[in-house]
Amino acid sequence: MKKTVITTFAICAALSTQAQNKIAIDGSTTVGPIAKAFAEYFMSANPDVNITVSESGSGNGAKSLVNNTCDVAAMSRPMKDTEFKAAADKGIQPVAHVVALDGLPILVHPSNPVQALTVEQVRKIYLGEITNWKQVGGPDKAIVSISRDTNSGTYETFAKLVMSKQKIHKNCEYVGSNGAIRQRVQSTPAAIGYAGLGFVDKTVKALKINGIYPSAETVQTGEYPIARPLFMYTNAYPKLGSPLYRFVTIHLTEDGQEMVEEIGFVPVTAY
Amino acid sequence: MSAKSNQSLIMSDAASRRHRMATLFGQSILFLITSLSTLTVFFIFYFILKDAIPFFKLEGFKEFFTSARWYPSGSPAEFGALPIFMGTGLVTLGAVVVAVPLGIAASVCLSDLLPFHIRQIVKPIIEILAAIPSVAYGFFALVVFAPMLQNHGGAILSAGTWMILGPIFALLVIVMGDLTIDKLRNKVKNPKLAGAIVFPILGILAFTFIYRLASHLSGVEISSGTNALNVAVILGIMALPTVVSVSEDALQAAGRELREGSYALGATRAETIIKTVIPASISGILAAVILGVMRAIGETMVVWMASGNAARLPDPWYNMLQPVRTLTATIAGDMGEADHVTGSSRFHVLFAMAFCLLAFSFIMNLASELIVKRSRKKLGK
Repeated sequence: MKKTVITTFAICAALSTQAQNKIAIDGSTTVGPIAKAFAEYFMSANPDVNITVSESGSGNGAKSLVNNTCDVAAMSRPMKDTEFKAAADKGIQPVAHVVALDGLPILVHPSNPVQALTVEQVRKIYLGEITNWKQVGGPDKAIVSISRDTNSGTYETFAKLVMSKQKIHKNCEYVGSNGAIRQRVQSTPAAIGYAGLGFVDKTVKALKINGIYPSAETVQTGEYPIARPLFMYTNAYPKLGSPLYRFVTIHLTEDGQEMVEEIGFVPVTAY
Repeated sequence: MSAKSNQSLIMSDAASRRHRMATLFGQSILFLITSLSTLTVFFIFYFILKDAIPFFKLEGFKEFFTSARWYPSGSPAEFGALPIFMGTGLVTLGAVVVAVPLGIAASVCLSDLLPFHIRQIVKPIIEILAAIPSVAYGFFALVVFAPMLQNHGGAILSAGTWMILGPIFALLVIVMGDLTIDKLRNKVKNPKLAGAIVFPILGILAFTFIYRLASHLSGVEISSGTNALNVAVILGIMALPTVVSVSEDALQAAGRELREGSYALGATRAETIIKTVIPASISGILAAVILGVMRAIGETMVVWMASGNAARLPDPWYNMLQPVRTLTATIAGDMGEADHVTGSSRFHVLFAMAFCLLAFSFIMNLASELIVKRSRKKLGK
């Protein structure tokens, strides 16, 4: 017990000295753009600090933090119990910083006349109980459902908030990125998919869910039902005033909030 | 003077020993390097097997090979890899259907029809296909080919039917026509007249069959362009250079004597190619096909991007218009979340799949080696 405490302190000390001029970020492809914008902003203000951003998925980010190979794990889902346990076993104390909010709009082809669905209907589509658009007031076309791969934080959020952990039907297609979801939906008239709020543009149509259109306001107020916080995890709370501390608090500044909004996410607080 | 120069030509004992040592040293270094690359193969087998065995210990064999439910992230997790094996098989089969007729036709054309100087230009161009990175193929499949399939699916299907079945049926008509005329030869007085009757009949039959099939297919609507067909076509194109270049080598190896012998017996060029050259080099062509299969089965990026990745059994089994998931794409896609932290079965199952792939390509490789060896013996080379 004593030994773990001592190693924890040793690692913290090592980390804080290491963090003087180098910050390594790893994790979610959703949070990646935020991390990159923050890194650019931070490095232009502090040229002596070197920040590297890798995007390998939320799971890999958690893994890197547990293995002490990164300082910040960017994650689009909270850490799981198993990951907390693995971290505790290695003397790592993950602390969450919510840097932004994100809604998961349900996307369809712009030509699709369907304007709104309920969470229940979306779940039934992904469960394979609703298989044709005419069952939800659309044209007589078989629904092509598209999901993110099971590797992504986006998928886990969708699985939790929409599917309530029920299993997605076997006909569902899986793609490897939010961009690929948009690509598939914009080129497939009968498609339905989900992606981060930042990926909605003219080429796809976001649906009203439970009567609420996904937007910055509805996500912030919690009205839009499929929304999630985006995290950055650090090992323990960074030392006040240290570069790492200043980095993980950028989102609280006005510049930080503007950056978050520019990328297409929702700042945690209205400003 | 002459004695002195003689002396300088003979090496002293010490120099000769040094020389031998240097030779030995050089040889042993080269041997070491060679054995290192051989050992790598064994190491790959060892390490994959080491992580694959725990999966079978944890979950057993039955579910993995027979269940159709693939939910590695569910709770409880389900590891039925049957649809994934089926998907791999279907995609590979499709790639073979695309690559083999086209590849063999192209290689026959290269080796027996085109003049030498044109061949010198065409072959390298075909081989460029092999140099295009697979992610470029995947991007094309996802962004260009998938929407095309959705919008003009029927037209593409019927055009494809013509392209693939056309040459095959032309060959069949020639061979079958010859065979029937051969049989009729004793009964009919005028073989030329028989030919004039038999060939058009067979030709029209083949034409109507393809025409009917193509017009039936042209009515098909494809709801999702990222499916087995899309990937099969792209993989077929990717396997094409392998098939063309290996089978062209085999056709070349059949030799000039064989062709001239055939001409000497009065055979036409078509007869020589179909009845003499292709049968003589059939094992080389088979080896080319196997290599093409291995190219298709191991490809990852294209299938991950454009196969749709739905772990389902195609229904019916030959339905190429539904999304499929393959072994390689599953390994690539599930790697990130699968580690000892998130549940070890999910980690080891990927190694079990990798082992199946490795075992399969090992067997295929052995088979092609054997076939090539046998064909060399037969041709006396």
